[in-house]
Amino acid sequence: MSKPKIALYWCSSCGGCEEVVVDLAENILKLAETFDIVFWPAVLDFKRADVEALGDGELAFALINGAVRMSEQEYMVKLLRRKSKLVISHGSCACFGGIVGLANFSSKQEVLNTVYKDLPTVNNPCGIIPQEKTEEFGRTIELPAFYNTVKSVNQVVEVDYYLPGCPTTPELITDAIAAIVEGKLSGKGAVLADSRVLCDTCSRRDSKPERLTIAEFKRVYETELDPERCFLEQGVICLGPATRGGCKERCLKGNMPCRGCFGPLDNVSDFGAKCVSMLASLLGAKDPQDIKKIMDSIPDKAGLFYKYSLAVSLLRGKVNE
Amino acid sequence: MEDFKPNIIGFLCNWCAYSGADSAARAEMQIPENINIVRVMCSGRIDPQFVLQAFKEGADGVLILGCHPGDCHYKEGNYNALRWYALLKETLEQFGIEEGRFVLDWVSAGEGDKFVRITRDMVTKIKLLGPLTLRKD
Repeated sequence: MSKPKIALYWCSSCGGCEEVVVDLAENILKLAETFDIVFWPAVLDFKRADVEALGDGELAFALINGAVRMSEQEYMVKLLRRKSKLVISHGSCACFGGIVGLANFSSKQEVLNTVYKDLPTVNNPCGIIPQEKTEEFGRTIELPAFYNTVKSVNQVVEVDYYLPGCPTTPELITDAIAAIVEGKLSGKGAVLADSRVLCDTCSRRDSKPERLTIAEFKRVYETELDPERCFLEQGVICLGPATRGGCKERCLKGNMPCRGCFGPLDNVSDFGAKCVSMLASLLGAKDPQDIKKIMDSIPDKAGLFYKYSLAVSLLRGKVNE
Repeated sequence: MEDFKPNIIGFLCNWCAYSGADSAARAEMQIPENINIVRVMCSGRIDPQFVLQAFKEGADGVLILGCHPGDCHYKEGNYNALRWYALLKETLEQFGIEEGRFVLDWVSAGEGDKFVRITRDMVTKIKLLGPLTLRKD
C-alpha cells in the first residue's frame, strides 16, 4: 500500500519554521517512513504543477508556515487547502501573522518605499519599484501582487489545527504528527500546544510574589538579570502571564523574558489587549503622573504587545489610512 | 463631512457615571444622540478587548466613565481602569487612533451636567477628526 502523501509549504516567513522540521533530527526519517513528502519547496525539487496534478483531498495534511501577503501565497494556500484533508498552520506567522504581520502598521506604499528607496543601504537612483507587470525587450515579466495587508493563513482558508511558536518546537510537531497517525487529534480548530499560560508552568514561578507592584519597567540591557528569578519581579516585562505555554521555555532558559510568540489562550479575541490588561494589573501607582512615568518606561507599546499577533488583532493594523 | 454623525460607545459604571447620566436625563438636559451607553458594574471591569471590539464594530469613539478617584464602589476598580486606560491609549495612538477618540473621565451620580459636557466635547472633537476607517485588504 502506498504511503499517505503530505506537503510542507512556506509563505511570508523567515525560514525558521523549516528549520524546526529539520530539527526533528532522526524523527524526520520516521516522518519519511510513514508519509510520502510530495511537496516541500525548501528542501525538495517538486513544483507547483505537481501539486496541481494531485486529486482533491489526496494529501493527508499540509503543514503551512508563514503569513499571506502576496497573490502567489494566496493561490498556493488555497490550492493546498483543496488538495489536503487537514491544513495545519505551522508557526506564529501562519497562526497570527507573526513578525511579518507588523507590516500592518504601515501601508503597502510605505513598505515599498522603505525597502526599495529610503533605506541607507539601498542604491536605486531611478527609484524603481517592482511592478506586477514589466515590459522589457519585448517580453512581459510578471510578479505576484503585493497586497496591502498581511493575513494569517486562517484569514484566507479554513485551518484545521494550529501549531504556534516562533518557531514552534520539534516536540510539538512530532506530537501533532503522531496524533494524526493515531487518529487522536483533538477537536477541529484546536491549538496543539499547552492549554495553560506559560506563567503557570514557568520554572521561575516560585519567585513570583503573590502581589506585584511594579514602579518602573526596565529593559533587558538596563539590568543584570538573575537567571532564576521571575522577570516581572525583577521589573522586566515578561508576557508569560498572557501567553500560551508549550514552548519549553526556550527564551527563559536563555535568560530572556517571554515575548508572546505562542499567542493567546482560547477565547481571547485580542492578544495585545490582554497584555495591556495583564501589565496594568501589576502596577501599584494611583496618581496619573506616576502612571505616566511607568508608561514612559515601555517603548513601542503596540510593537511589543502585537509583536506576533497584529494581523489577527481586532483592528488588524493601522486605521484611517 | 457635515452629515457625519459620530457613533460613540460609552462604558459607564453602574454606581456613579450611569447615575450621573440618569440625572442628566431626569433634569431634561440635552444628551447628544451619538452616545450609546453600555452599563457595566465598574470601570475596572471593562476589558481592553471591549474597547477594541467597539472600534472594530464601527465606533468612532469610545468613552469610559467611572467614579471619582477614592469613590469606587469596589474601592480600587477605577484606579485599575486608569492604569489600563493609560497603557491602551498610548498603544492605540500607534494604531492611528487619535487622543479624542478614546476618553476616560470621572462622573459622580450628581454630575449630570459634567456628563453632558464630556459627551458634547467628544462629539465635537470626533466630528473634526472624521469617521474611523479600519484597515482594508
